[in-house]
Amino acid sequence: MKPRNEGLRQKLGFGVLLLATLIVVIPVLGIVGLIIAKGWGALSWSFLFSMPRDGMRAGGIWPAIVGTFYLVFVSIAFALPIGVAAAIYLNEYAKDNGLTRAINLAIINLAGVSSVVFGLFGLSLFVIFLRFGVSIISGALTLGIMTLPVIITTTREALRAVPKSYREVSFSLGASHWQTVRHSVLPHALPGILTGAILSIGRVAGETAPILFTVAAFYLPNLPTSLSDQAMALPYHLYVITSQIPGIPEGFRFGTAFVLIALVLIMNVSASIIRSRYRKKK
Amino acid sequence: MKNLRRAKEFVIEKLILLCGLASILFVVLIFVFLLREGVSILKTTGILSFLGGRFWYPISSPPRLGILPLILGSLLVTAGAVVMAVPLGIGAAFYIAEVAPKRLRTILKSCVEILAAIPSVVLGFVGITVLVPFLKNFLHLPTGLTAFAGSLMLAFMALPTIISISEDAINAVPREYKDGALALGATHWQALRRVVIHGALPGIIAAAMLGIGRVFGETMAVMMVTGNAAVIPHSLFEPVRTLTATIAAEMGEAAKGSPHYFALFAIGIVLFLISFAINLTADLLLNRGKKK
Repeated sequence: MKPRNEGLRQKLGFGVLLLATLIVVIPVLGIVGLIIAKGWGALSWSFLFSMPRDGMRAGGIWPAIVGTFYLVFVSIAFALPIGVAAAIYLNEYAKDNGLTRAINLAIINLAGVSSVVFGLFGLSLFVIFLRFGVSIISGALTLGIMTLPVIITTTREALRAVPKSYREVSFSLGASHWQTVRHSVLPHALPGILTGAILSIGRVAGETAPILFTVAAFYLPNLPTSLSDQAMALPYHLYVITSQIPGIPEGFRFGTAFVLIALVLIMNVSASIIRSRYRKKK
Repeated sequence: MKNLRRAKEFVIEKLILLCGLASILFVVLIFVFLLREGVSILKTTGILSFLGGRFWYPISSPPRLGILPLILGSLLVTAGAVVMAVPLGIGAAFYIAEVAPKRLRTILKSCVEILAAIPSVVLGFVGITVLVPFLKNFLHLPTGLTAFAGSLMLAFMALPTIISISEDAINAVPREYKDGALALGATHWQALRRVVIHGALPGIIAAAMLGIGRVFGETMAVMMVTGNAAVIPHSLFEPVRTLTATIAAEMGEAAKGSPHYFALFAIGIVLFLISFAINLTADLLLNRGKKK
């Protein structure tokens, strides 16, 4: 009697767990499906590549795409070298001491700070104190600092996965510490580092709150020409046409959401392809 | 020649150390620059009337800058989200880590990764176009822009954090624990409920805390769907305004150097300190779990 009872319990228990999983997963597929279904129809050459017209009720989203491209490029150019070097320090040089512990704690905190607080910080440091003004450089630096934890943690995992023996062989051949890192460790960690960089591109492209007060413009008649210009950006543009301006055609909103989500998902898919290929090789 | 190489390596290693220290520098800079703008609020509003003031009328004259309604708004939305997300997330984590067959596990994990990757403004957009009208009609509310809508969105956004960290904690439980229970005649379910969950508990609690941290600091989605009424909330089915949404919505209009402007930075300090406390505690829990 009892074992049968337990078998039933197990079925019930696993059923509940499956239900919880479905409640999580089905809406995800629903959201992505909805945006693809409704956004696909709105896409056209002119929607992607022309300037907005008539108070953004017509025309396209080209300046927002360009702005996001600028922000991604500058912020990654800033954050990638620092993040990779920080990970190299933590994994290859740091001893297990108070300083290392403090750095780890700082990274965790950086990852946990609210995105709008990053926006305030960027406003206070870059826009006001350093007098960069509301500009691409202010926004990109803010975004870069925000994405550092992603780059550091993924790079660190990649470095950790390089077998210890590689380093030992290099040392035993008389190589210095830096030569070992440079020639025996980094090349093998490269796919992992690339994964981190791509993931943070997705993150940077989609963030809105950090750019609200540091770079984002409601509407600009011209494309930005230098890093000290303001810029439009896709996520902010979606926010504006969703909750700030009434009467925007639905297709425009779904189209913008589609472009944004496509960008982010393409980044994520390519990151996981690189990751799984790399794993298979090993 | 050799000296030159040594000098070069010395410089490189110092640069690497410097980058290693960058994270500390940035955390300190964030705090300092929030303080720099935010501390002036104390000149016009005392700390008690700032934190405990019941009225947020930033543009009346004189302005009344009490953030209690905003704190309560944040707490209400967060509590609603946590009640939904924590059980679901832990359940899903157990299913993915222990029950799902290998192929299904990969698919489920990528769904969770996709959810983590969807920008919050896109979720807010879907919330406004689909969820809010649905809630309004389904629950017969005057508006669908409510704390409840915010809680639903936030629950969703906390799930990837909760699931992936819980899953790690479950996987980190030594295999022998489960095998031992199974060898004693326990079913797989009994082994999970009686044995594995105890080993994974510190990690699961940390996962829940980090989920809470994520929810508390979330800005865009919550601003778009909660209706933004800066009054003390009485139920989940009314519009509310969170701390984060207040900063995002009002910073554009606050005149630089005004008490309103300082108050918004001071809210930033409050948010920073809260996330600091949450992350510190979660980290302690995770490390304690590891040492065992």
